[in-house]
Amino acid sequence: MPTIHPTHPFRTDQANIERLTSLLLYLGQPKRGSTEKDNMALRLWASSTANALGVSCASKAHLFPSFSLSRCFSTVLDGLKYATSHEWVKHEGSVATIGITDHAQDHLGEVVFVELPEPGVSVSKGGSFGAVESVKATSDVNSPISGEVIEVNSKLSESPGLINSSPYEEGWMVKLKPSSPSDLESLMGPKDYTKFCEEEDAAH
Amino acid sequence: MTTSQARKIGLPLMNLVRLKGAPILQQLHLEEQLLRTSSDNWCIINDGTNSPTIVMGISGKPAELIELELVLQNRVPVIRRFTGGGTVIVDRGTLFVTFICNKDAIPGLQPYPSPIMSWSRLLYKEVFRGIGDFDLRENDYVFDNRKFGGNAQSITKNRWIHHTSFLWDYDVKNMAYLKLPTRAPEYRSARGHEEFICRMKDYLPRSAFIENTIKAVGTYFSSRSIQSEAIDTSPDTAFPHSTKLLTKQELEAVFSSR
Repeated sequence: MPTIHPTHPFRTDQANIERLTSLLLYLGQPKRGSTEKDNMALRLWASSTANALGVSCASKAHLFPSFSLSRCFSTVLDGLKYATSHEWVKHEGSVATIGITDHAQDHLGEVVFVELPEPGVSVSKGGSFGAVESVKATSDVNSPISGEVIEVNSKLSESPGLINSSPYEEGWMVKLKPSSPSDLESLMGPKDYTKFCEEEDAAH
Repeated sequence: MTTSQARKIGLPLMNLVRLKGAPILQQLHLEEQLLRTSSDNWCIINDGTNSPTIVMGISGKPAELIELELVLQNRVPVIRRFTGGGTVIVDRGTLFVTFICNKDAIPGLQPYPSPIMSWSRLLYKEVFRGIGDFDLRENDYVFDNRKFGGNAQSITKNRWIHHTSFLWDYDVKNMAYLKLPTRAPEYRSARGHEEFICRMKDYLPRSAFIENTIKAVGTYFSSRSIQSEAIDTSPDTAFPHSTKLLTKQELEAVFSSR
């Protein structure tokens, strides 16, 4: 008979906690092909279930001292356009925000330095506008569209790791004034980009 | 036609350039130009460089990485190269091997740091077969647990470069120019320079390493030798190198601002 804590009716013994935690950790992770909205819903469910069960999803380091659930699948967001070189574009009116995708940051590793252009510089579709350094490698970042740089993310000089932890939000790299609206038409939507990443990974 | 000849027909072409004692700045300028402006695959082997030079990675900060006072006093040149990675001091005892490849040159290889590093491990496993306990530890080539080769890469949209400086031999006193890096691989385990690194000359002859490397390259490519003089480096193909020799004034400014 499992031990039941009097104030947490569903808290069970250690083995059950470990099994439940594994399941919740798995369910809380982003899934290939699902949108950020789906993944957020799953994470919220996992978190609220964990709370109800008296189990913490955030960390169970003492249960799994050398265990880490590696992220097998990358996040792809709705509402963005994607390049085959793994950059994303968010087009809002006369401003386009650009960064690298979750797939890219995952394959590059820990970003330690980011090289960005100066505002006022013109960039061409497919051309390099900067680079990220990840431990031993420097990798070009290419612009999915043509335009003029109007703002760069100055936080990246002190916190280059934002590209790893928040590739679509805090890790944005540049904002452009697009010069050719038709550039966006040749980019991929979320579903096509997801498929592209799957095919690329499967081919290697 | 022999079997090996038939097999080579299907392999991508590799231009092999052998240098001896070429200045490291010249080598790096050549590499950056070939990465950015050529569409061929290249393997460059430089057997030693002519004078001791400190080479930092693209984001290297002199104040953090080198003993500035000593470097300025002894006028040791300091270069910031176009690839990532750490700081080395190179001289006649350093052997350089560089691969510059199109992203589809090696079947099944994704153009990202870790897969390229893993491929290089396979190649060098062949080079050092039967010679010492060779492996790749994090991003370094080691015999047993001691580093003898350091790597750096640059990846563009359609090409990549992976270059290595091998410690054939080193002068202990040159290590005094380098600070212990704040970012170090875990396997280093806080060891000082002399406990962490080893000399390749204790394992195989210099010529054997070069010949083994050329042979291993032949597993993946059909090689042809190119004389460095034949490579077009005229002003018409001028390329704005990001690899730079830091000036005395720049180093002095950093030293003064500590």
